[in-house]
Amino acid sequence: MNLATVSLAYLRARALSTTLNVLLLALGIATITLLLLATSQLEERMRRDARGIDLVVGAKGSPMQIILSSIYQLDVPTGNVSWKQAQELARHRMVKKVIPLALADNYRGYRVVGTNHDYVAHYNARLAQGRLWQAPLEVVLGAEIVAQTGLAMGATFIGAHGMGAGEGEGEVMHETHSYRVVGVLAPTGTVVDRVVLTDVASVWAVHADQYDIKDVARVAELMPDDEKELTALLIQYASPLAAAMLPRYINQNSAMQAASPAYETARLFTIIGVGVDVLRGFALVLVLAAGLSVFIALYNALLERRYDLAVMRTLGASPGKLMALMLFEGALLAGIGAALGIALGHVLTELLGFAFKAAKQVSVTGWVWMNAELWLVVLALGVGVVAALLPAWRAYRTDIASTLARG
Amino acid sequence: MFVISHLKHAYNGTEVLNVPAWEAGQGSHWLVLGPSGSGKTTMLHILAGILRPLSGQASVAGQDFAALGPAELDRFRGRSIGIVLQRLHLIPSLTVMNNLLLAQYLAGLPQEGARVREVLTSLDVADKAGAYPHELSFGQAQRVAVARAVVNRPKLLLADEPTSNLDDARCAQAYGLLESQARACGATLVIATHDQRIKARMSNHYELKAQP
Repeated sequence: MNLATVSLAYLRARALSTTLNVLLLALGIATITLLLLATSQLEERMRRDARGIDLVVGAKGSPMQIILSSIYQLDVPTGNVSWKQAQELARHRMVKKVIPLALADNYRGYRVVGTNHDYVAHYNARLAQGRLWQAPLEVVLGAEIVAQTGLAMGATFIGAHGMGAGEGEGEVMHETHSYRVVGVLAPTGTVVDRVVLTDVASVWAVHADQYDIKDVARVAELMPDDEKELTALLIQYASPLAAAMLPRYINQNSAMQAASPAYETARLFTIIGVGVDVLRGFALVLVLAAGLSVFIALYNALLERRYDLAVMRTLGASPGKLMALMLFEGALLAGIGAALGIALGHVLTELLGFAFKAAKQVSVTGWVWMNAELWLVVLALGVGVVAALLPAWRAYRTDIASTLARG
Repeated sequence: MFVISHLKHAYNGTEVLNVPAWEAGQGSHWLVLGPSGSGKTTMLHILAGILRPLSGQASVAGQDFAALGPAELDRFRGRSIGIVLQRLHLIPSLTVMNNLLLAQYLAGLPQEGARVREVLTSLDVADKAGAYPHELSFGQAQRVAVARAVVNRPKLLLADEPTSNLDDARCAQAYGLLESQARACGATLVIATHDQRIKARMSNHYELKAQP
């Protein structure tokens, strides 16, 4: 018998009210937990995907779209850039490294990305099996694709023209040219997990029929340079000075558009941030409503319990102990609500992760703990204790003699 | 055992109690008599240390209440005084066992299940230890209320109108319980009542006069 068992007995005695209050608080805390886990993981994933890429160059269009399509493989590209122009840019003295990207096909919603071996090295991706591509139409699979589609080493498959998701049954299949799996990458936790990597020339090869090229292995030689196209270029600067000069140079002197990943992702987070703030505000309203509800419940309980409290005084309880009892009850309600809410938040985040995975989007998991969640516990306990303050004060001030005399 | 002198209490300027002098020896049994409104309950509350009188002294077991701070008085009451309230007021959300353990806990005494069972057995309600108050008959609830009052072996046992609204048989039973339990722990017993039926059973009476 102590404060905790007495509080628990009272909470049990009002099971319905207790359950409703706990649920209300849990929903608020769960929403905040979900936002916390999802946004922090998304931001972390997006930062990791864009790390080390100073500039992305694509066809004229929205810079945001260029970033989304070429770094994150989320949006459709703005168009194509000419291979010759790309070659010129690669020779620019302010450019340290250029990774070419050619996007044209998808396999079951996963994009086929034509690039060079630098792309693999840039994301520190390691081979789990096989080797990197050496010839057109040889591909290396990202870890998630292997897990989701069951494609294995040596398998061949046909790509569908387009960027996948949403294009459905009307897809044009490149039936004459099939890709062959020569390697599988280990999981990296980046965009690499979600793409089929191949040589830039593969993308030219599947469209080679237009140029009557029969020997796809030599497509890079046989295809006229003027006809070769890329989708985007990932660029690393040679010096900090380039940040100030190169984007303007590209935008003014070429048919290409430069987009800064740092700037565009920051802009994206600001846009997403408005929505997140609205949701967070809504969750806080839920938590406050829960606090109000706890207050009403405890206040009513106090009125019902006037005699109990007076009796406890006759049994030797000090006013401070009664106050502690009410405060403890508020904190206990809040604590249970917080624990339940955080657990629920993790489960919901994991479910959201499944939904993202099904849509071949950035992956999110509910099975991580963030220290910020401790603040949620503090927030919930604070709300519980504040809600219990007035009832606790009334309990403290209970006049035993007059309460008992009225009974 | 307790000594009262020049005790006066008033509510909103109206005097409700005036006890010039009253002294009781350890283990003696008293009946506080008087018509409704004569201050019986007020007298009991002052003896219990629940209410501080406007003037005069009250000391129980050699302890002057005026010398104790609020927390000390609560502690003293929990350990030395047992109270059976008119409406019993068992805590409804706790079992009989826990109601008695609560009395030990709130008095700051070690919680002894053995002592609780002993008291419940002596009052013939040991089989109700796991029951909640609403599952008890009135007679059982009264026994449990007495058990809770004596579980800490008080020096002073107070009962407020324990026999009002009871038929003759139950009245005698309730009185018997209080007397035997007070005797068992050597406590001084004070029963406040306007019930004339138990007047004959106790030799010590203190008559309160109706206030004008």
